[in-house]
Amino acid sequence: MQKILVSTTVNGETCEFACEPDTSLLDALRTELRLTGSKEGCGSGDCGACTISLDGEMVCSCLVLAAEAQGRTIGTVEGIAEGSALHPLQTRFLEHAALQCGFCTPGFLVAAKSLLEKNPDPTETEIRYWLAGNLCRCTGYDKIIRAVQHAAADLRQERTGA
Amino acid sequence: MNDMSGKPQYRVVGTRPVRPDGIDKVTGKAVFSADHFVAGMIYGAILRSPHAHARIRSIDTSKAAALPGVKAVVTGADFPALKSMEVDLGEGGGDIVDMSVNCMARDKVFYDGHAVAAVAATSASIAAEALELITVDYEVLPHVTDLAAAMADDAPVLHARMRTKGLDTPSDKPTNVSMRFVMEKGDVAAGLARAKVVARGSFSSAPVHQGYLEPQACTVAYNSDGQVQIWASSQGAFMIRTVTAQVLNLPIADIRVTPLEIGGGFGGKTVIYLEPVAVLLSKKSGRPVRLAMSRSDVFRATGPAPGTICDVAIGCDENGIITGAEVTFSGSAGAFPGSGTHPAAVCSLAPYKIPDYRIVGHDVVTNMACTAAYRSPGAPPIIFAVESIVDELAGKLGMDPIDLRLRNAIQEGDPSPSGVPFGPIGLKEMLEAAKVHPHWSEPLEANQGRGIAAGYWPNFGGQSTASVSLTDDGTVIVTTGSPDIGGSRASMAMMAAEVIGLPYDSVRATVADTSSIGYSMLTGGSRTTFATGKAVVEATEKVVDGLKARAASIWGVDAGAVEWAGGEARCTAQDKEGTLSVRELCGKGGPISAEATVNPPDPGPGIAVQIVDVEVDPDTGTVTVLRVTALQDVGRAIHPSYVEGQMQGGVVQGIGWALNEGYVFNAKGQLDNAGFLDYRIPVASDLPMISTVMIEVPWPSHPFGVKGVGEAPICPPMGAVANAVSAATGVRMHHLPMSPDRILTEVAAAQ
Repeated sequence: MQKILVSTTVNGETCEFACEPDTSLLDALRTELRLTGSKEGCGSGDCGACTISLDGEMVCSCLVLAAEAQGRTIGTVEGIAEGSALHPLQTRFLEHAALQCGFCTPGFLVAAKSLLEKNPDPTETEIRYWLAGNLCRCTGYDKIIRAVQHAAADLRQERTGA
Repeated sequence: MNDMSGKPQYRVVGTRPVRPDGIDKVTGKAVFSADHFVAGMIYGAILRSPHAHARIRSIDTSKAAALPGVKAVVTGADFPALKSMEVDLGEGGGDIVDMSVNCMARDKVFYDGHAVAAVAATSASIAAEALELITVDYEVLPHVTDLAAAMADDAPVLHARMRTKGLDTPSDKPTNVSMRFVMEKGDVAAGLARAKVVARGSFSSAPVHQGYLEPQACTVAYNSDGQVQIWASSQGAFMIRTVTAQVLNLPIADIRVTPLEIGGGFGGKTVIYLEPVAVLLSKKSGRPVRLAMSRSDVFRATGPAPGTICDVAIGCDENGIITGAEVTFSGSAGAFPGSGTHPAAVCSLAPYKIPDYRIVGHDVVTNMACTAAYRSPGAPPIIFAVESIVDELAGKLGMDPIDLRLRNAIQEGDPSPSGVPFGPIGLKEMLEAAKVHPHWSEPLEANQGRGIAAGYWPNFGGQSTASVSLTDDGTVIVTTGSPDIGGSRASMAMMAAEVIGLPYDSVRATVADTSSIGYSMLTGGSRTTFATGKAVVEATEKVVDGLKARAASIWGVDAGAVEWAGGEARCTAQDKEGTLSVRELCGKGGPISAEATVNPPDPGPGIAVQIVDVEVDPDTGTVTVLRVTALQDVGRAIHPSYVEGQMQGGVVQGIGWALNEGYVFNAKGQLDNAGFLDYRIPVASDLPMISTVMIEVPWPSHPFGVKGVGEAPICPPMGAVANAVSAATGVRMHHLPMSPDRILTEVAAAQ
């Protein structure tokens, strides 16, 4: 099969990769770019472990073709921290024990970041519904919701402080 | 949280530091099973049976083998013939022949999804194409996926040689009932005859899956000298080593298994499916091979928990004192025996003092993937049945369900199911705490109900090895062989830091590969913080002894004149004074290290109580969970946040088991809901916050009093939710999952 050359921006850096026409963006990120932070839990858009941002919108990268990334802007879990400085969501996830196995964590972080960019002060219910497409089998969600609430407060404070 | 007054004061134990693997896991750096790349690696794929039960007449792989890019093809014919032998893996286990056949079918397939052939190719897409070129000639056989149907006299028989073990009168009739197991005390008929009130019921539950988010995957490199490297996530790297060696007749020391980060297991990763296949593919191709499951493979071909049928009768006198109980149940083991019959029997009545009882369990094979352990394997659906009947008894007596349980609750000194008296156990403390908890008196509205249930799991000890190494600068490395499934590296480091008297951040914990640490049983049976923790404490104590001996020699005093406190040696000899830190001591004569291996036979039991409030929509039968309070005797919480996490996670898995989850088979015996869209595990919007109450009744045989906490929290939720639904609707629920249609059906039947 003839490969397609794709030029795209991932976590602020331009990069190129070659993919087959039916390769998913998740597979390209993981295999071609070795960004294995995005996980395949189902391959059918049901678990959210592969959640990335594509031109600022939250998507399941297993449901996007790699060739569709041409000229677009992608954000993955690897791009959430600024250098070695963790994002408040990452810090709060650790402090609140919001992960056990950690497999779903990248997807939750990308999804929660997307929520807080759109809604800086979400209610518990809004957080729960926004994250309803991200499955976690370990935590029962309690500590994840609390971590997102605290990170939201941190970010609001950062904004007003600045 | 309970009142902590009066407990020993610890510096590190009981605090909530960040786990050592934390940053890797929030930045995407953690390497899980499918994230590991090896130079020259090619991609494997497995062809799976579309039939629930069929004889394989022939397999033609010639076209697949001829496809450019295909480097190896494997079928059952490539596996060595084995002699039947029981393999004990601690939690789970079984016959090695069954384990081999479960990895790759030989003359028959036993379930939809059973592996029949495998290929390895230079790309995943070529491997997938090659699978389509394999022709399997099947003779489709009658199948049985339903538990009750599998026990019928005229049921299709899976294994022609199977006879029921444990019958009073042995039978030579081929059967699907692999075993009958009886556990009894006293005279149950007399016990029930003494009762003033007897409650009875018949219950059932569908098979459910552990639902870990990470599908099984491994990468294997076979070298021409026979040495094998395996990189995989599982609950036991040593388990992978043992079973792979036995399935393939390889020397154990030739296999080195490196544990990668594990994306959930819950018991489901205590067995293997892929590794022996990948070894053969790597051997044939001469290339490292990655083999990974899809989500549908995981549902179809990896171990669910058994479906069950259970009849319960419990009687009590007019004061609510239980006089006798009878429990008869069956569990669907899937393709091969082992549905957790024995632990289910042990747990079913364990929370209560019952003078006369009889428990009979049956293990039944069906055309479903072979079951594997799932958090308290075997026990939760049987506990659901028993706790439903305890609730029914309270209703018949007009007694508060907590009071009824309190009157019968076991306490220290009462005989446990094994006959050995219970050690310190906090069931009464939990029930008292539940009674005064604000949740218990929160007002309820129309269509709302409150349920409570208890649940017991004995926990496991098992063999563990730990090594503790000091470094030149006085920092510490703790190494174990126990895969970290939910933060155990943090608790290991905390226990070592507590013993040696250094800050948590000065102690780093890692999990070693199988060639770098002594044997450790798998992470299961809620045993790691207990048993591996004990090994860590013993190894750290040895290191402290070494530090004290060195200080004594520096000071020229007897070892008895050195005491260790606050992370330093202090000289207690009359004419001398001084202190030496770990760093100073390691700087004089080199780093000190020690190893310890333990095999504790006496784990503290797990016991939990949960209160659940629900609202049932009378028109649709939909259940909304309003409030949950989970109480548990945790012995001692080393890292309270991670203990709470185990409790909350167990509760929510149990809520899924209670309300949504269950295998659905079509008329051909194929799994109809092999994906997260149709097999619906709880999502964030389904749930409230899960309140936790940790009761600390320390366990004497662990240095800090730890009782394993991972499994007990999944024992009460189904009973608690069912009792809440029954309270809301006025109708007893008998089937799991309590999906909306089931609830409407049961309510309609009762009216």
